[in-house]
Amino acid sequence: MDILITGLLLGGTYALIAMGLNLQYGVARIMNLANGELLVAGGFGAFFFYTSGQVSPFLTIFLVAPAAFGVSWVIYRIMLRPLVNRAKSRGQLETDSILATFGLSFVGVGLMLAAFGGDYFNYSYLARPITLAGDTFALNRVASFLAAVVICGLLYLWLNRTRAGLSIRAIAVSPDSARLVGIDVPRMAAIAFALGGAVTAVGGALISTYLTLDASAGVIFTLKALIIVIMGGVGDVRGTIVAALFLGVVETLVASLIDPGLTLAAAYALFILVLLFRPQGLFGKTPT
Amino acid sequence: MKRRTILTTAAAAALALSGLTTTAHAADPIKIGAVAAKTGPLAGGTAVTHWPNIRLWAHQINERGGLMVDGEKRMVEIIEYDDQTNPGETIKAVQRLATQDEADFIVAPYGTGLNIASAPIFARYGYPHIAVSAITDQIPDLAKKFPNMFFTLGNTSALAADAVGILAQMRDEGKMGNKIAMVNVADAFGIELAAAARPMFEEAGFEIVYDTSYPLGTQDLSPVVKGAKAAEPDAFVAWSYPPDTFGLTEQAMIEELPVKAYYTAVATPFPAFGGRFGAAAEGILGAGGVNPDSAAFQDYAAAHEAVTGNKPDFWASATTYASLQILEQAIEAVGVDRAAVSAHLKEATFDTVLGPISFDENNSNNAFWTVGQWQDGVFQGVASRNRDGAKPVRLKDGWK
Repeated sequence: MDILITGLLLGGTYALIAMGLNLQYGVARIMNLANGELLVAGGFGAFFFYTSGQVSPFLTIFLVAPAAFGVSWVIYRIMLRPLVNRAKSRGQLETDSILATFGLSFVGVGLMLAAFGGDYFNYSYLARPITLAGDTFALNRVASFLAAVVICGLLYLWLNRTRAGLSIRAIAVSPDSARLVGIDVPRMAAIAFALGGAVTAVGGALISTYLTLDASAGVIFTLKALIIVIMGGVGDVRGTIVAALFLGVVETLVASLIDPGLTLAAAYALFILVLLFRPQGLFGKTPT
Repeated sequence: MKRRTILTTAAAAALALSGLTTTAHAADPIKIGAVAAKTGPLAGGTAVTHWPNIRLWAHQINERGGLMVDGEKRMVEIIEYDDQTNPGETIKAVQRLATQDEADFIVAPYGTGLNIASAPIFARYGYPHIAVSAITDQIPDLAKKFPNMFFTLGNTSALAADAVGILAQMRDEGKMGNKIAMVNVADAFGIELAAAARPMFEEAGFEIVYDTSYPLGTQDLSPVVKGAKAAEPDAFVAWSYPPDTFGLTEQAMIEELPVKAYYTAVATPFPAFGGRFGAAAEGILGAGGVNPDSAAFQDYAAAHEAVTGNKPDFWASATTYASLQILEQAIEAVGVDRAAVSAHLKEATFDTVLGPISFDENNSNNAFWTVGQWQDGVFQGVASRNRDGAKPVRLKDGWK
C-alpha cells in the first residue's frame, strides 16, 4: 500500500511533466525539446513569488499559466509556423522542429541563467508529513498530485466534451482531413501548442515545491516526458496519464523491493518493451 | 533587408562599444582565463562556489590598482568560458585560452573529472594548475605525471575516513549505537566515496544495515529514505550530490528519520541548505567545513556578499578564493613567468583566508577541512586535517 501510494504520487509528478509535451507533439506535431526549459521557468516563477512575497505556488500557477500560454503562442507563431508551412511531410516537420526547439532550449537556458544565475533554487513549502493509510507522505507531493488530477481531469473533459476539444482531437488524428471539415488547423494547432506550454509551466511550478531545480535542469524533464508520451501513445491524454502512473509505480516498486539503483534501468526496460510490442504506444492508434 | 540593416547596425554598435571598453583598460592587463560550467549538471555548484570568487578576487585586485609586477601595477582581466560540464569543452576552452587569447594564467576548472581531463592541456602549455574542486585519491600519481598540478581541497579517503571517524567518536562516547545506513549517488564521486567508506566502517566496527545507491537525477528519494528507516540505523550517511542532498534531507525531515547522526555530502555547506531547512538543518553533518569564527573568514564572507550579492558556502568557496590568493602572491613574488610561478608554488608558504597553505612533495595541501556540521545556523568545521578551530560535534536531535 505504501509502495502503491508512493508510486502513484511519483506518477502524478510524471503526468505533470509529460502532459504538456503530449499536447504539443500529439496535436501541433511539434517535438518540443525546449519543453523542459519551460517547466523550469515555471518553477522559477513559483520560486520568485514564494521567496519575494510568500505567495503560495498553488496561487502562482494562475499567473504562470497565462504567461506561459502567451510565450508559447508567440514562439509558435514566429518560430514554428514557418516550419509548419514549409514542411512537405510530417517527418520533415518533426526533424525541423526537433532542430529548431533544440536550439530554443539553449536560448531558454541562457535567458534563465542571465535572469536568475546558475544557482540551485529551492524553497520549503508544505514539507510536512501527512498520514495516508497508515504511512507518512510529503504533503507537498500529495498536494501536487491532487493538482495534477485536477489538471488532467479538466484537460480530459475539455478534449472530450467540448467542440474545441473535438477539433483538437480531430487534428491529432488527421490534420489534412480536419481541414476538409472546416477546422481552422493552424489556429487550433497554435492553441494546442500554447496550452501545452501552459500545462508544462504549471507542472514546473508545482514540482518546484519538492524538487531542487537549476537553470540547466530542463533536459532531464524533457527526456522523461518524451518517454512517457511515446509510451502512452502520441496525442492521447489517457495514455499519458496511464503511462505516467504506471512508470511511477514500477520505479517505486523496483526502488523499494529490489534496489534504488535500478530505477532508471526499470524505466528504460519498460520503454523498450512498449516499443517492441506496442510501438504506437499503450493507447495509440496503429498508423494507417 | 531592413531587419538585416538593423542587425548590422546593432552589431557594429556592439563592436564599437566593446572596442571602447577594451581601450579604456588598455594599460596592459594580466589576462586570467577561467573555464568552468555555467550550464549543465555542475552549473548549480559553480554558481555558488566558483564564479563568485573569481569575480570577487578580480574586483579586489583592480580596486586597489592591480598586481605589483616588476615594479609596475597591472590590472587583471578575466576571460570566462562555459564548459557546459563537458570535459571535451573544458579541454577546448583551455586550449583556446592558451593559444588564441594568450592568457597569462588559467584558473582551474570546477569538478574532479574536468580537472583531471584538462590537466594534460595545462601541462602541455606550461600553465600552473591549482585545482580546488578535485577530490581524488590519485593525487600522488597525478602530481608525478603533471608536475605543475596542485591540490588544495583534500582527497577522497581523508573525507571518508574523517566522516567515519566522527561517527566512531560519537559511538565510543556512548552517544549512539553501532548501525549505519549508507547510500550513495551512482556517479563517480558517490561511488568512489562509498567504496572508500565501506571497509572503513567495517574496520571501525560498525554494522552497515542498509547500503544502496540511486541514479543521479532521481526524482523521488522517498523509497531510499523509507528503506533506510526500516533498517533502524543509528546513523545515516549519504555520499550525495546537490539535488539529492536536498531531496534526501527533505524526505528525512518528513519521515522524521530517527537517527543520532545524519550526514549528506556535497551542498550541505551551501547557504541555501541552511536557508531551506532552517531549524531542521541543526546537527546535520556534511562534507567540508571552515572555521567561520576566524576573522579572516568573516572579512572574506563580508566582501563576498558585498561584491557578488551572495554568501560564500562553508567549504570550497574559501578554498577557491585561497587558490586565487596563492596565484596572486606567486605572481607578485616572481612575475608573470609561468615556469617561475610553478617553481615558487612548490617552495613558498602562502598566507590565505584559510590560514597558511603550502604544498607537500605531492603538490598537495595537507591542511584542509573534512567534516562540518550545522550548529546554530552556521556550518562549523568539526573535523579537519591540520587546521585549527574544529568545534565539538553534536547529536542530531530531531527534525523540528
